[in-house]
Amino acid sequence: MIQVNDLTRYYGDFPAVQGVSFTVERGEIIGILGLNGAGKSTTLKILAGLLLPSSGTVVIDGTDMVSNPDTMRRHIGFLPEDPPLYLDMTVRSFLLHIGKLKGMNAGELSKRLPEVLALTDLVDREHQVIQTLSHGYRKRVGIAQAIIHDPKLVILDEPISGLDPAQIVEMRDVIRGLGKDRAVMLSSHILKEISMTCDRVIVIHKGRMASTVELGGDDAGPERIMLTVRADADALRSWATSQPQVAQYNETQNQDGLVTAVVDLTGDIREDFLAEVAKAGFGIRLVERPIAELETLFLSVIQEEVAA
Amino acid sequence: MNSFTIARRDIAAYLHGYAGFVIIAGILFVEGMLFNFFAMGSDSARYSHEVLEDFFYFQGGCTMVAAILFTMRTIAEERTEGTDVLLITSTASDGQIVFGKYIGAMAILTLMTALTLYMPGLIFVNGKVSLAHIAVGYLGVMGLGSVCTAIGIFGSTIFRSQLASGVITTVVVVTFLTSWLAAEFTEPPFSDVLAHAAIFNQHFIPFQEGRLTLSSLVYYASITAVFLVFAKLVINGRRWE
Repeated sequence: MIQVNDLTRYYGDFPAVQGVSFTVERGEIIGILGLNGAGKSTTLKILAGLLLPSSGTVVIDGTDMVSNPDTMRRHIGFLPEDPPLYLDMTVRSFLLHIGKLKGMNAGELSKRLPEVLALTDLVDREHQVIQTLSHGYRKRVGIAQAIIHDPKLVILDEPISGLDPAQIVEMRDVIRGLGKDRAVMLSSHILKEISMTCDRVIVIHKGRMASTVELGGDDAGPERIMLTVRADADALRSWATSQPQVAQYNETQNQDGLVTAVVDLTGDIREDFLAEVAKAGFGIRLVERPIAELETLFLSVIQEEVAA
Repeated sequence: MNSFTIARRDIAAYLHGYAGFVIIAGILFVEGMLFNFFAMGSDSARYSHEVLEDFFYFQGGCTMVAAILFTMRTIAEERTEGTDVLLITSTASDGQIVFGKYIGAMAILTLMTALTLYMPGLIFVNGKVSLAHIAVGYLGVMGLGSVCTAIGIFGSTIFRSQLASGVITTVVVVTFLTSWLAAEFTEPPFSDVLAHAAIFNQHFIPFQEGRLTLSSLVYYASITAVFLVFAKLVINGRRWE
């Protein structure tokens, strides 16, 4: 649906983004990871229509964004890290104003506004002046303005920055809701948040696309399990590698008599495997979704930078 | 359509805060004082049309100052607050954004100018001036205001700081205002060009005297268009910067 081909952007002689290519399908939530200055914000700004690329194309449903920027901005919603809001307006009047700026007529707006207020949980704040809203609610209004025109692509730059833990959980639900029927791209410095929200992660390093990782949404896949066990590391490794249902075994941690291991199974046999672990006499302390892979991948990508 | 949406928002922003009211009240106060002390306050008997000409003379100057004050915030404030993102990522083209800002500022300037109608009204009731003179004078005032508004919009696109935007606008306006002085120190054809460029001495005086000059109207419209195009180019250039 959205095809980014060989996107390149120079600031003077400095290549901020070079040859970035990827596709995003409707219903997909994509995370963009990278160090500060890696080029992720530039990429998002080009996709949002704030910047023009030096070369490359952004095609949405067959239409090139660079050739038709004014028209294509109708299909894109953008929330910068600091929500751009007219603080003197009420939530309702602000969203109506943005809807008009996005080319919506009164009929479309009257139908769409209640949907957006419900999706962002702003129904109770509809007539409140934005200046009086908390930071979390301002973020919601920011998301509401990004989706008021029902865009095909929603771009969220650091959507959870500055939110408290409860607001982060609520925002995660809002983002998942957005991703049901449109493409969502978001950037965040928090790997855990990316791994919990996104279906796929694009790692950008020094302006180039370093890697993409499929996360599979809420679950890393039915064959993968991460468990913390009270056991001797050698004994657990020896036992696990001898089991026919174990395709791959990796220890990620070993301290205080506890071993944390990521195990790839031969199928969705997690219950059977855990029963076997217990039967073998290993004390299971914790079973969780493995997110270490993303951290490991990200760290390996930036290793050169860290070493420098 | 997008331009009018932007203009409506700007007009509301002027009237929601106190800044717009303070500027309007301040300018009207100064205008009232100038009208009372200088236009009306002469010891010798004067013709009504002379009093009216003096009124438009002061009105022209005050309108230029008001246009600078109204426009120094337009785009600069949006950039400072980060809300320019809303405009740049909207379906409005760069030209529509600039035109919307221009319409909004002109609407406020027109409102302020309308509030001065009581002064020529007093002359009309108590003296003998034609409605045509009043209408032509106000047409000139709005033309002069249009030029300064367009220059102000352009200045506002250059800097994030409202103060810096105001300063650059003032410099450009004063340059156009005093170009007739520079004409006296240059040789033709430059002196002719500079003399013709003077937005007040060359082009406003006829309106002040009640003479409708098409060439001056065209000049005002042209300068307005040129600076709005400059503003559009600056906004468009920012997408490439």
